Amino acid sequence: MNRMPLQKRTLALLAVIVPLLVLFVYVALRSGPLAPVTVTVAEVKSKSIAPALFGIGTVEARYTYKIGPTIAGRVQRLEVHAGDQVKGGQVLGEMEPVDLDDRVRSQESAFKRAEAALREAKARQVYAKTQLHRYEQLFAVRSTSEEIVATKRQELQIADAVLTVAHEDVARARSDREALVTQRGNLRLIAPADGLVSSRDADPGTTVVAGQAVVEVIDPESLWLNVRFDQISAAGLAAGLPARIVLRSRNGHVLAGRLLRVEPKADAVTEEMLAKVSFDLPPDPLPPLGELAEVTVDLPVLPAAPVIPNAAIHRENGQVGVWQAMDGDLYFTPVKLGVADLDGQVQIREGLKDGDQVVVYSEKALTTRSRIHVVEHIPGAAR
Amino acid sequence: MISLAGRDILHSWGKFVFTGVGLGLLIGVTLSMAGIYRGMVDDAQVMLDNTGADLWVVQQGTQGPYAESSSLYDDLYRSLLNMPDVEYAANVTYLIMQVGHGGQDVSAMVVGVTAGKPGTPGQPRYLVAGRHITRSHYEAIADISSGFQLGERIRIRRNFYTVVGLSKRTVSYNGDPMVFIPLKDAQEAQFLKDNDALVQQRRRNAENPDFNRSGIPDLLAVVNASQSTNTAVNAVLVKLKPGTLPEDVAETIRRWTRLQVYTRAQMESILMDKVIDKSARQIALFLVILSIVSAAIVAFIIYTLTLGKIREIAVLKLIGTKNRTIAGMIMQQSLALGVIGFVVGKITATFWVPIFPKYVLLMPLDSIAGFFAVLAICALASLVAIRMALKVDPADAIGG
Repeated sequence: MNRMPLQKRTLALLAVIVPLLVLFVYVALRSGPLAPVTVTVAEVKSKSIAPALFGIGTVEARYTYKIGPTIAGRVQRLEVHAGDQVKGGQVLGEMEPVDLDDRVRSQESAFKRAEAALREAKARQVYAKTQLHRYEQLFAVRSTSEEIVATKRQELQIADAVLTVAHEDVARARSDREALVTQRGNLRLIAPADGLVSSRDADPGTTVVAGQAVVEVIDPESLWLNVRFDQISAAGLAAGLPARIVLRSRNGHVLAGRLLRVEPKADAVTEEMLAKVSFDLPPDPLPPLGELAEVTVDLPVLPAAPVIPNAAIHRENGQVGVWQAMDGDLYFTPVKLGVADLDGQVQIREGLKDGDQVVVYSEKALTTRSRIHVVEHIPGAAR
Repeated sequence: MISLAGRDILHSWGKFVFTGVGLGLLIGVTLSMAGIYRGMVDDAQVMLDNTGADLWVVQQGTQGPYAESSSLYDDLYRSLLNMPDVEYAANVTYLIMQVGHGGQDVSAMVVGVTAGKPGTPGQPRYLVAGRHITRSHYEAIADISSGFQLGERIRIRRNFYTVVGLSKRTVSYNGDPMVFIPLKDAQEAQFLKDNDALVQQRRRNAENPDFNRSGIPDLLAVVNASQSTNTAVNAVLVKLKPGTLPEDVAETIRRWTRLQVYTRAQMESILMDKVIDKSARQIALFLVILSIVSAAIVAFIIYTLTLGKIREIAVLKLIGTKNRTIAGMIMQQSLALGVIGFVVGKITATFWVPIFPKYVLLMPLDSIAGFFAVLAICALASLVAIRMALKVDPADAIGG
């Protein structure tokens, strides 16, 4: 009986079947739900972290002058355009006076008329005074009647009164005229301070209502950012903190700034805190008003404390904590969290100490029954 | 006593193994199809799991946010926080869109999540790389299946977001990777119109005499501003205190805030019965057909294998072998074929599963059920072959 070929065949068959079975067992245990969960662990280290707050804001001008007429009217001329530099006191334009010039002239005449009336009253008063004096002398030598002297005295009193009226009339006419001249001057649109014309809202010929802006002038030196911080992560926001500003149009270019003030009023609808951030140096060229900017406010560096990455933090049964591995067994350690920085480092106040190992990344949600397999990087996620 | 089946297998083991491998590939396809069905169901469940929510509060009269669109004011969560037994309530928005990535678009579900401590409902529950979102704007966590890398900048509508973390198995019910971004950005991405539309809307407003009144010059600006803000979210995710019955709280919320509330079980049934129902049934039906076809092919293979040995069987009968021995040989061979097939199928299925673009879940229970099904089919198929073998005339051994 030839046994050798048979043994060879058996061996060959075994060579196929055995690896297949080994592979099968490996596949059954190492893949699918039975497979251990791949995790990475990190050591809790004491580190000082520099927390920061992140917000977005828009460029605004601290001083914006909206220049317009105080009464409704029509724009007569407007000599500046958006982008023009203007000086304080410069006449930017004028409203149409309509009949104001005529009224000034009319008032001028009224004034002159009042002056004439004053002269007349003066003349009458002087004459009345002279007459009274003469008749008093005549009465002293008894060559006139007492009644006539009384009449003359009354005439003088009337003339005095008329003179006072005429004086006051002159003053009134003068004031009326000055009022009109002032009103006439008020029709001029004058820049209250040095600045930049940011918009021209009405052109000559346009009728505007009282208080409506015709020209808007901003003070370019006073550009600042109106920044909004989410209330949930705005602890520590205070005036004077340094800030880094990235304008949307100059992505990557960081400008230095400073938190000028935190607004006493927060936005209740958007649940944001508002703050003003000023540039340390005015940016050149000036950013347009309304441009979006990302602002990072640096908070003071904190003393060293145990720190873990925020990816390690989980919430289980209403408790915040971390997963820790001990001899291949997983258990959940509740922790109290402290301050976090923007790079995802979180301080631990309670629950962990330096040197503790915590699970950071995992391929699946962990439970106390999970089997784990610790690796350096989760496959596929490492760069 | 020597094993007839073993001897016969050894006699033509190459043929036997190759048949087994061929059968295995077929079984592998069937197992994968079962995995595809399970994966589809799992995608839907994992989406619900990942929210970490016990209750979904949505617009009244809708089945949102997955099956229907739902819109709520974003300050409603405050009144939900006041409800008894509510531990946490967080706004969330969902938006299926194309995310720009290196000149190409990736179909993704953009989820707007509330900032806050890790573990807040809606945020990814675990990461595989990077960190959670810390800034309130322009940061994103992407599912690893999206292909995004840490530190990359991706475009969602008009803004660029930096990928700061990668998560795994955070997919929408149809398998699209999720991209988590801060809620305010998501609200803007979801509801803000494109720039052209905004400009046209402003022009339309300016031409409308009701809005553009000469006597009230600021009215137009106010109208424009009010039309380009958005304070809506799709749902509020509610996390209950441990040990609370979700249905009790759901009833309270339904009654007092006049909103629709779904518990986890209800949400799951909405997803299963309404959202993925047709595609799941499609796959399930195909799985049934594939199983029937596989069973038929297994039966044919065993039948033809036996048919090929008909002369040898006749010889066996001629030398007086018992019928039981012959039947045992055929049965053992067919079961061995089934075992090899199953092993090969399971291995191949496991190895090609990661290549599939969508999640394929090979459940151990499915595999066990599949194993017994294969054995049962093999046994049944061998019965037909045995019947034929027993009917064979011993004279065939000598005759033509």
